[in-house]
Amino acid sequence: MTVETTENLGAAVETTDRISSHLHPVGSFDLDDHAIPGGLEEIWRFTPLKRLRGLHNGTYQSDGKIVASVEAPDPVRVEVVDRDDARLGSVYAPGDRISAQAWAGFTEATVITVPAEAELDAPVVVNVRGEDAAGAAFAHMFIDVERFSSATVLLDHAGSALLAANVEVRLGDGARLILLSIQDWADDTVHVAHHHAVVGRDATYKHVAVSFGGDLVRLNSSVEYASSGGDATMLGLYFADAGQHLEHRLFVDHNAPMSRSNVEYKGALQGDKAHTVWIGDVLIRKVAEGIETYESNDNLVLTNGCRADSVPNLEIETGEIAGAGHASTTGRFDDQHLFYLQSRGIPEDEARRLVVHGFFNDVIRRIGVPQVEERLLQAVADELAKNIALAPVSS
Amino acid sequence: MSTLQIRDLHVSVNTEDGAKEILRGVDLMVSSGETHAIMGPNGSGKSTLAYSIAGHPKYTVTSGSIALDGVDVLAMTVDERARAGLFLAMQYPVEIPGVSVANFLRSAKTAVDGEAPKLRTWVKDVNEALERATLDKTFAGRSVNDGFSGGEKKRHEILQLELLNPKFAVLDETDSGLDIDALRTVSAGVNRFSSQGDRGVLLITHYTRILRYIKPDHVHVFVAGRVADRGGAELADQLEAEGYDKYVKAAV
Repeated sequence: MTVETTENLGAAVETTDRISSHLHPVGSFDLDDHAIPGGLEEIWRFTPLKRLRGLHNGTYQSDGKIVASVEAPDPVRVEVVDRDDARLGSVYAPGDRISAQAWAGFTEATVITVPAEAELDAPVVVNVRGEDAAGAAFAHMFIDVERFSSATVLLDHAGSALLAANVEVRLGDGARLILLSIQDWADDTVHVAHHHAVVGRDATYKHVAVSFGGDLVRLNSSVEYASSGGDATMLGLYFADAGQHLEHRLFVDHNAPMSRSNVEYKGALQGDKAHTVWIGDVLIRKVAEGIETYESNDNLVLTNGCRADSVPNLEIETGEIAGAGHASTTGRFDDQHLFYLQSRGIPEDEARRLVVHGFFNDVIRRIGVPQVEERLLQAVADELAKNIALAPVSS
Repeated sequence: MSTLQIRDLHVSVNTEDGAKEILRGVDLMVSSGETHAIMGPNGSGKSTLAYSIAGHPKYTVTSGSIALDGVDVLAMTVDERARAGLFLAMQYPVEIPGVSVANFLRSAKTAVDGEAPKLRTWVKDVNEALERATLDKTFAGRSVNDGFSGGEKKRHEILQLELLNPKFAVLDETDSGLDIDALRTVSAGVNRFSSQGDRGVLLITHYTRILRYIKPDHVHVFVAGRVADRGGAELADQLEAEGYDKYVKAAV
């Protein structure tokens, strides 16, 4: 898209980068700068605050237990550092109350460094195991992918937890990172996290969120660019069962020219009061000329009694871009899909299974981490085996 | 020897203005070994006939019958009809993201045969069928109809016809939108299918062009929801010269 402009180049350079929007509040490390949410605020209105067990208003019970172990191939450096390490907070300042609570609450942070020009032959795996859903735990991680290095980092969450966490990611110039976060929690887990990345010049960042488990998962994933030419792909898949609340909030800040972003989330819902929320926002600042962005969210509603909220946003400060678009769909099985498959002899229940499988497979095969593809396809199959999905949707 | 017998078929489709009758008493009998062409102008109900045989939920049969070897087809679900030996090559094949052609073909073959195909022969069969359809081997890894060109979609339909090998094939305007090379490929596939001798073909088309490659035993002129005229292959030549005008005027 192109918008005619008569302004000269000087006028196009913005004098301030503060663009006021509820979608990307100005960050602060001070808990008091973030009002306790009441539930009506735009950024909180989809989240069932009562189920946060006090993470949002300080009434949580403390002393929760989370065990994290890191398996990292050479030459990755893994450090456990104190709060005063200068790297912490250098990439991201908490954008909401729970993120600030997590910042205030952690005692030690894990720093993972992929040295410059290192090409990892295996993923870095961070196993996060919750051992207690009653007490709150706070965590902080810093992932530093230095220039021209290439890495895959898997955050593998399981167990019972009440966890608020911040993950800061820095990609150096020309670095490549796939950050895959799997939320495979037990049914009683509440997990609220922010993953924020700064993408270096010509660096390539792929963030993948996979949410299957947990009572409540709220994951903010955001990206900004340190320089021009960065590329960010944000993929997600989620499968909400009865009573689950799975919320994914995306923000891409195109604050540099010639950067690219592509956001694609797919989710399925089955069972009574299964609730998914997807909020996407792309901000194209005045300086961000020549960028290209697309965001999409598709939801497949498999049974009655589910709710999918999906809100794509696009804030455009310049028209001198290569392209910008967004799409959101929420629907039941496409009758045409089922008809086509059935017309080839495939029984209806298997046709439904194939369609759901295909729906997710479309994203899974783009993740680019062969080690987890099989596991994710199996996870989809397991969800479908819960059988609710195969019951016909009454119309 | 199989038969597909359609008797006095009336079919309606729901519209905003209520049910609208599209087929108004269709009689048609196809026996194995025969190729029937159904020709007619736009809006005559040709595609409705095709979809009604396959059992598309959008269409409601209000009266009449369809029987395959004497068994009531209308009582069957869509997938039961396919397993009974009916196949519809669609005018607009549906895109199914994320489901690979290989996975789809194997699922369909397993369903139609009632058992999974033997792995070794199956891979060979698929590869040979792909080659005959002039489709690249990488085709099997693509999502069903997703991003296919018009010609690829139609060749994919004929590929399925060959692999599933039904008793009766209904080809709904399989020739429309094809260039001459694709038309030849598709026609050759249909001819291979019918040359088995015990298969029936119901070829629905708007144009006579495909009839240069596929020779019908019977031609039916379809106008305003019923068969307006019947004849042999010579009737197609007459339509090529004169068009549908006289039938359309007579039907008004």
